[in-house]
Amino acid sequence: MSLLSQFRCCEKCNHSLETPCRDRILCLAGKISCHDDSSCSQLRQENLRIIRNETGEDKVIYIGYGTCGLGAGAEETRQQIEKWLTDNNHQDCKLIKVGCVGLCSGEPLVDIQLPGKERLSFAKVQAEEVAELLDKVFSGDIPKARVLGRFPNEILESWNKVDNFFAHAFFAGQTRVVLENCGIVDPMSVDSYIARGGYQALSKVLNSSTQVELCDEIEASGLRGRGGGGFPTGRKWKFAYLESSRQKYIICNADEGDPGAFMDRAIIEGDPHRVLEGLLIAAYAIGASDGYIYIRSEYPLAICRLEKAIEEAQEHGLLGSNILNSQINIKVKLKKGAGAFVCGEETALMHSIEGKRGMPRPRPPYPAVKGLFNRPTLINNVETLATVPWIVARGAESFRKLGTENSKGTKIFALSGDINRAGLVEVEMGTSIRSVVETIGGGVSCGREYKAAQIGGPSGGCIPAKFIDTSIDYESLKKVGAMMGSGGLVIMDDKKCMVDVAKYFMEFIRRESCGKCIPCREGTRRVLQILKMITGEEDEDESLNNPLERMQAIVSLRKLARVIKDTSLCGLGQTAANPVISTLEYFRDEYEEHIFEGKCSTGVCSALVEYRIDVDKCTGCTLCARECPAGAIKGARKAPHYIVDSQCIKCGVCLEVCRFEAVNLITE
Amino acid sequence: MISVKINNKTVKTTTGNTILEVLRKEGIDIPTLCHMQGFPPTGSCRMCVVEVKDFPGLVPSCSYPVRAGMEIQTHSNRVLEARRTILELLLATHPDDCLYCGKKDDCYLLELCSRMNIDKRPYRAVKKEMRRDIASNSIIRDNAKCILCGKCVRICEEVQQVGAIDFVNRGADTCIAPAFEDSINLSTCIGCGQCIMVCPTGALQEKSCLNEVMEVLNDPAKTVVVQNAPAVSVTIAQELEIDPQVDPQAVLTGILKKMGFDYVFETGFSADLTIMEESSELIERLQQGGKLPMFTSCSPGWVDYVEKFHPEFRDYLSSCKSPQQMLGSLVKTFWAQSQKINADDVFHVAIMPCTAKKSEAERSDLLVDGNKDIDAVLTTREFLKLIKLHGIEVKKTETSPADTLLGKHSSAGKLFAASGGVMEAALRTAHYLITGENMKEPEISTLRNLRDHKEIELKVGDFDLKVAVVYGLGAAKKLLEGIKRGEEEYDFVEVMTCPGGCVGGGGQPIGTDQEKIRERMEALYKIDSREQVRFSHENESIKKVYAEFLGKPLGKKSHELLHVRRNNQ
Repeated sequence: MSLLSQFRCCEKCNHSLETPCRDRILCLAGKISCHDDSSCSQLRQENLRIIRNETGEDKVIYIGYGTCGLGAGAEETRQQIEKWLTDNNHQDCKLIKVGCVGLCSGEPLVDIQLPGKERLSFAKVQAEEVAELLDKVFSGDIPKARVLGRFPNEILESWNKVDNFFAHAFFAGQTRVVLENCGIVDPMSVDSYIARGGYQALSKVLNSSTQVELCDEIEASGLRGRGGGGFPTGRKWKFAYLESSRQKYIICNADEGDPGAFMDRAIIEGDPHRVLEGLLIAAYAIGASDGYIYIRSEYPLAICRLEKAIEEAQEHGLLGSNILNSQINIKVKLKKGAGAFVCGEETALMHSIEGKRGMPRPRPPYPAVKGLFNRPTLINNVETLATVPWIVARGAESFRKLGTENSKGTKIFALSGDINRAGLVEVEMGTSIRSVVETIGGGVSCGREYKAAQIGGPSGGCIPAKFIDTSIDYESLKKVGAMMGSGGLVIMDDKKCMVDVAKYFMEFIRRESCGKCIPCREGTRRVLQILKMITGEEDEDESLNNPLERMQAIVSLRKLARVIKDTSLCGLGQTAANPVISTLEYFRDEYEEHIFEGKCSTGVCSALVEYRIDVDKCTGCTLCARECPAGAIKGARKAPHYIVDSQCIKCGVCLEVCRFEAVNLITE
Repeated sequence: MISVKINNKTVKTTTGNTILEVLRKEGIDIPTLCHMQGFPPTGSCRMCVVEVKDFPGLVPSCSYPVRAGMEIQTHSNRVLEARRTILELLLATHPDDCLYCGKKDDCYLLELCSRMNIDKRPYRAVKKEMRRDIASNSIIRDNAKCILCGKCVRICEEVQQVGAIDFVNRGADTCIAPAFEDSINLSTCIGCGQCIMVCPTGALQEKSCLNEVMEVLNDPAKTVVVQNAPAVSVTIAQELEIDPQVDPQAVLTGILKKMGFDYVFETGFSADLTIMEESSELIERLQQGGKLPMFTSCSPGWVDYVEKFHPEFRDYLSSCKSPQQMLGSLVKTFWAQSQKINADDVFHVAIMPCTAKKSEAERSDLLVDGNKDIDAVLTTREFLKLIKLHGIEVKKTETSPADTLLGKHSSAGKLFAASGGVMEAALRTAHYLITGENMKEPEISTLRNLRDHKEIELKVGDFDLKVAVVYGLGAAKKLLEGIKRGEEEYDFVEVMTCPGGCVGGGGQPIGTDQEKIRERMEALYKIDSREQVRFSHENESIKKVYAEFLGKPLGKKSHELLHVRRNNQ
C-alpha cells in the first residue's frame, strides 16, 4: 500500500476505495481540503514533503535504473552502493531507482541528496568507483569534475559553485514537457507522481469538463500524433467520441519498433503514471470503458513498471469502477506484443489484440468507426498520451505557445549514432537539427564530420549536411524528404556508406513486412536484391552479373520505389522505400561510385574493399595476425605478413591494431 | 445519388458502393487477385488500384468507398505501371512451368499476364521451391505457385469455418499452410475443394485420376463401368452449350460410350435408392424414437466435418452410404453377379462435381474386404479434359440411353444436385411411405432457392415434420449450435457442403459463380417438370433391384451393402 493511500489527517478524512471522492487527488496533493481544518492541511503538506524527500533530513541516493542505465552497469553500481551504505552505517539512506533522465550516454547516473542539501547528479558511476565517490560526497567533499549538476530546490540548501543540472548543455536546449518527471520521480510509486502534481489533470476533467470540451481543448492545443503520422489528436478523439456505441475502446500504442527509437520505453520506464493518466483522460473524452496498452514484450522493465502503475492506480481508485466518484468506469489491460514490427500499425495492432495474425487491413473504415472487435476505437501513441496531462493541467494556450505554426509543443527524440551525447531529448518544435546535433548532442563523435541524420526510422529519410538547419516540425521534415516519425534520430558521420544505410533499412523492412500485400512483400525484396548487387554482396536470389541486367535493375530501382509507395496497403509499406528514395536523392554520387566504379570509398561495403599489408612498413610484430578473428593473416615473426584474401572477412581489426601504419584499406 | 467522374465521364451512383462496384457497373473490368464477391475486402493484392484526383497514393478500388465528386482514372499510365509492376514482382519468383501446370486453362494469373501484355522479365529471382503437398486424396497444394492472395484461407475459414489453412511466417517467408506446416491430410481439411474454386493460380488443384482412367479404358482385361452424378450433366450442357431441348444426360451417355466406357450408369439411380433407404430410416427413427434430427449423409465433406468438428452429432447422420458408394457396392455385387463378371475385373469410375468424393472412395470404412467399391473419381473439370483428350465433338455426338437397370433414375434422384433436392425427393417418398399416397404437389418451391438456410414445416400423415436445408459448413455449424443450445428442433436436415449444393461443388469448372449455379439449378428443375417418373419409389429399376436382390429397404442385404457403420462409431 502506498503511503498516500493510507494517509488520513484526522477522523473526518474518509478517503477510501469504498467511498470514492471527486476531490481525493487535489486533497491529497494539498490543493484543496475536503474539510476545513488548518492543522489537517499542514499535515498533508508535511506528508507530501516526506514523499518528495524534502523534510530536510532525507538522505537519498537515486540511481538511473532504466534499460539504458542497466545496460551501462547500473545494477552492479546499485549493489556497490547498497554495500557501501551498509558498511558505512548509512542504512537510513534511501536508495531509489529512477528512470532515465535522458542522458543515456552518461549512465549509470547516480544522484546523491545529503540531509538538507540539494540533490547532486554524477555521471558514469561504475561499480568500482562507487566507494571512492560516496566516501568523498558523504564527507562533504564534492568532486567538482565529476558532478553533472545540482537539482534546484526551493526548500533545500543549494550547493555553491555547482551548476544547475538543467543548465548543462545537454538539457539547456531542451523543453521538458513529457519528460518533466523522467529520471526524477520514483516510477514505482504513485505517491511520488501525485506529490508532483500527478493525476490532477484527470481530476480536473472529471470534475469540470464535458467530453466535447475536452476534445475541443486537445484540438485547440494543436497536438498532433507523435507516433509518426502527425494526425491532429483532438480531431481523432472527436471522431471516436461522435460514434455512438455501447462499447468503445482506447488503445495506447507502445509497440515501438523503429531501429534506434526508444522514446516510448524511456517514458514508460521513467514516468508510467503519466501515460496512464493520459490514457484515462482520453478514455473519458471518447467514452471508452476499456483500454489496452499494447506493448512489446521486449520491454520487460517497462511492462513491470506499467503493471505496478496499474496496480497502484487501482489502489487509489483511479482505475476501475466509479473513478473518483465520477460514475465513470475504465478498465485497463496490458497486452504484450510478440515483436512483429508491423503490429505498430494500428489495424495490425488491433488484429493482434483480437488474437489474430498481425496484418493490416484497408482503411476506411477507420478505427474510430470500426476498430477493436469492430467497435469504435481510439489509438494513440505513448508520447501523445503522455503529453495530454500537461495540456489539460496548463491549458491548450500554454501548449500552443510552444512550437511552430503547424506543429505545436515538443517532440522527444532518441538521439543516437555517431554523437557525443546520446540519449533522450525533448525539444520544442521548430528547433533545428543543427542545434540538436551540435548543442544538445555535443557534436559528432570522434571529431568527425556530420554526414547525415536518419530521422523517422525505416519510414523516414536521411537529412544531409546541406539541410542540417532544417527546423524540426512535420512540414519542414517532409519538405526535405524525411518525416517526423516516432522520434528515432540517428546521427551518421562521414565514415558511413549511405548505400549501406539504405540496404540496412531495406533488410529490416523485408524481414518485417507482414507478407500481405504484394508491393511490400515482393517489392522490398527486389529493392534489397538490387542494393545488394550494387554493394557487391551475394543475395539468396540470382545475382545479376550481366551488365545489361545490372543496368536494368538500377533503372527499375526508382520505379519500384515509386510503385511500392503508391500502392502498398499500410503505412509501413507506403514508406518502405523512403530510405532508398532519400539516399538516392542526396547521395547519388555514392550510388554512382558503387555502380560504375565498383568502389565504396568509406570502406563499409566489404565486398568492394580489400585490406593489404605494406611489406615495406610491416615489421612482422605479429599483432595483426594474433588479433585477426578469421586467421587470415599469415607470416613469420619479424618478417612482413600478408593477408589471405579468401579468408579475410574485411572486419578491419588489422588496420585498427597496426602500430606501423602497414595495413592499408584499398577501396579502388 | 452522387456523381463522380470516371475517366472524365460523369457517372451517377449511390453512396455505400466501393469504387470497384461502380466501375464494374460501368462495364470497366478492373483486374483483382484477392477480391471476393460478397466478402469484406482484404485489399492485399493491390491490382485494383485506381488514380483518384487529390489522393496522395493510388487507391485500392475494392475497399475504398466511392464519394461524391471523386475524379477517377482507371487506366492512366501511373495506374498501369503500378499494376504491371505488381504482376512482374509476382512473376519474379513464380515457377515458369505453365506448360506443365494442370491449371493452365483456368489460370487467372496467366490471363492477367496476357491482358497486361507482359512480355519480358524485369526482375530476376530464384524461383520459389516448396514441397508439393500431395498427401490428400482430394487436393494437391503447390505452394510454389501460391501468390498469397488469401482467398483459399478466407473460403475455408469464413464460409466453411473449417480453418484448415492459414498464413504462416512473415514477410518474404510467408506461405499458406495447415497447422505446424503439416500436410493437408493431417489437418482439419474436409476436402471440399472450394479453395480450388477460388485459387487464381495452379497452387490448388484436385488430385487427378485422369491418367489412371485413360490407361484402364484401353485395358481389355477390365470391364470399365462409369457413373455420373446428376450435377455433371447439367454442368457439361452449360459449359459446352448443348441445346437445352436435348436431354443432357443422353448426350453425356453418348460421350461416355464414345470414350469406350463399357457400361454407363447414373448416380441418379442410386440417388433414388438412397431416398428409399433414407426415407425408411427417417420413418423408423420417427416411429421408434431414434436420434433426431436425422442428417443426410450424401455430401462427404459434411460427413467428414461432423466427424472432425462435431463428433457428438455422428449418430444423428443417416447411416446410408452416399449415392456414389451405394452404386459402387451394387455394381461389384449384384450387377457383377448378374453379368457373371468377376468383381475384381470391374473398374468403376465415378464422375463427380466434387473433390471430397475422391477421399470418400478411399475411406477405410467403405472398403469391402480391403477393396474399393469406386476405383477412380473424376471431377467435372477432369471429365471436360477427358472429352478434349478424346477429341470428341460434342455437338456431333449421338445421344444414347444409359445402360438399363442401374442407369434409370426418377427426376427426384436428379434433384440431388441442387441444395434442397435431397429433401424434396425424400419428402416425396416419405409421404408415400407414410400415407400410401403420392404428394399432390411434388414441387416444394420454398426449398428451391439460393439461400443457405431454408426450412419448412409440413404435416405428413400423423407426423408434424419440421425440416431444414442448409449449404456451406458455416451455415451448418450455426444450425448445429442452435440445436445444441436447444433453440432449434428439427426432424430431418439436409446439409450440402458446397454453395448451392453439388452444382456448386469443388470439382466443378473454375469460374462457377452464383449465376452459373442458379442456371444449373433451373436446368434441374426443368428436367423434373418434364420427367414422367418424379418419385423415387416409382422408378421401375428400383423396384426391380429390391425385388430381385435387396429385398426391402432397411433389410438385411440393404444394411450390408447400402449402409455404413462409420469408423469409431
